Amino acid sequence: MQRLNGIAAAAGLAMGKAVRLIEFNLPLPSQTATEPKAEKERLQTALEQANAQLQALAEQVATRVGASEAQVFEAQRMFLSDPALMRKAEEHLSTGAEAGYAWYSACEFYAHQLESLEDETLRARAADVRDVAQRMLLALHGNAPRQTFEEGSILLARDLTPSQTATLDTTKVLAFCTAEGGPTSHTAILAKALGLPAVVGLGEAILEIEDGSLLLVDGTQGEVIAAPDEETRQAFLGRQQAMHAQRNAAMARAHEPAITQDGKRIHVMANIGNLDEIKNALQHGAEGVGLLRTEFLFLGRETPPQEEDQFKVYTNILTQFAGHPVIARTLDVGGDKFIPYLHLPKETNPYLGYRAIRISLNEPEAFKTQLRALLRAARLGKLRMMLPMVATLEEMRATKALLEEARQELSARGASFNPYMPVGMMVEVPAAALLAERFAQEVHFFSIGTNDLTQYTFAAERGNPRLAYLNDPCHPAILRLIERVTDAGRLADIWVGVCGEMAGDPEAIPLLLGLGVTELSMSPSLIPAAKEVVRTWRLEDARALAQEALRLSSAEEVRQAVRQAQPKTFN
Amino acid sequence: MPVQSILVTNEAGLHARPAAEFVKEANRHTASIQVRNLTTGSAWADAKSILSVLTLGVERGHEIEISTQGEGEVEALEALLHLLRTNFDGRL
Repeated sequence: MQRLNGIAAAAGLAMGKAVRLIEFNLPLPSQTATEPKAEKERLQTALEQANAQLQALAEQVATRVGASEAQVFEAQRMFLSDPALMRKAEEHLSTGAEAGYAWYSACEFYAHQLESLEDETLRARAADVRDVAQRMLLALHGNAPRQTFEEGSILLARDLTPSQTATLDTTKVLAFCTAEGGPTSHTAILAKALGLPAVVGLGEAILEIEDGSLLLVDGTQGEVIAAPDEETRQAFLGRQQAMHAQRNAAMARAHEPAITQDGKRIHVMANIGNLDEIKNALQHGAEGVGLLRTEFLFLGRETPPQEEDQFKVYTNILTQFAGHPVIARTLDVGGDKFIPYLHLPKETNPYLGYRAIRISLNEPEAFKTQLRALLRAARLGKLRMMLPMVATLEEMRATKALLEEARQELSARGASFNPYMPVGMMVEVPAAALLAERFAQEVHFFSIGTNDLTQYTFAAERGNPRLAYLNDPCHPAILRLIERVTDAGRLADIWVGVCGEMAGDPEAIPLLLGLGVTELSMSPSLIPAAKEVVRTWRLEDARALAQEALRLSSAEEVRQAVRQAQPKTFN
Repeated sequence: MPVQSILVTNEAGLHARPAAEFVKEANRHTASIQVRNLTTGSAWADAKSILSVLTLGVERGHEIEISTQGEGEVEALEALLHLLRTNFDGRL
């Protein structure tokens, strides 16, 4: 038995037989051909074929994974119709080159150009150009061996490129395991598109496993076990069946409330960033919107949206969530989000820069437009507003002064609105968590944004793969900040929710319950499983676990403690 | 032959999606369109070629120059400038 650890790239469990991907290097086509005109025609036919393959791939990825993941395949399609690339290829054709050689040489020319650029993301595009070259060679010399698989195969490869999938029969493959690649590699995207578990970055060892060996692939934990003993195999089978049953049960009970074993109701809500996500949220049992990112109303326009436009959108969302609360976060731009009409300068440290409430308070007219729209919509349903990135009490009070002005403006023109709309704040700046008991006197609720809170507490940007170890909100340092906020909430008798990724993490949920969080808001697809986790716990046990976790010294220790304390019904 | 320079202000410069949208817009016009990166002092490149535009290495804060020639040259230039001024007009 051999255990290999890699990176979890696509969740799920699979058991099957190892099959090594046959890697073939296409022979570089001969340089010369006799008839340039015939070669041009071959090239055209191959371009059409490659284009159709990429289009199908892009559509599949867009439906099963997401439109943004499909973009890379759309970009590859654009290379196929690139006039400059075609001109280069034609130059080679006119000197008597064979079609494949002409295309390959043209692609190499641009791949080299891209590689010489300073920007890392642009340099990475060279691989895409080369992959298009490979795809075209396959189309032109279509005698590449098409590897066939038996039912229940687990594919082992160094890495998978989109062009390799052109010759892969994936219908009988249960999982992918690769030596290289990261969580955002093509392999990960393709696996998710196909709904298969995948573990990547397993190193050379995975390529040394003999064909036909029995493999257990855990795409959730990022582990692969080769030639397991009977006990391990049985345990894995048990987990697989339990996971299956669990998923079905969660979905079946998605619309029921999440109540702990000892009777505490936890509100499980959806994070939403545009109107298209509403349907999905309702289907997964969302009990309202815990975080409505209002940026979608403001992005991609030349002028700010009018009060009336905003009012209509808020009303529409309230109607669709009939009777459930909707928490609208006021405009949160800056950082990674950019709005042209605000003329924001480029900053060296955008996450520590001019953003969110800092901008709103400096643009009072635009801010009041949003406040008026919210106040009016709040008359028609359970609308609450919350403020992003609050760091000081002065910011909170300045906002309240503007809110009062907005109320007076509405009264003056005789508009109907709800003057008592609850006002809460996001706790995502450590300063706000540290002064939570003071803020609690000013607001109706707290919603902890654990992504930013973690990033700011560890002084480590979220997207940086080298700093991933500083990105776990289960770290005791973050738990202690959360505890300060929930303690402050309890004393002031206001509720505390969490709307960061932590809220949907099954291992983090008992900790949050134990600390006194009563509302969890997350991506819609995570809701059914999160409700199930709540249902397995007794609040009393969760409290004991949270108290223990607060005294530990690393995120890993905390997660270990959660796993050990897990109620038996939860696998 | 209208020519105009413009500061690129969107987050990703002319990489990935923005570059693709820029090239798609260029391809909607019959005029021939050239673009160069003034900040890096690049040569002129074909604005209808995604690879040529990517190799200009345009980042946020760079100034580029666009030149159009032929049928509808004024509209073509205006359409591309509009895209850049409006953070790609909601297409990203």
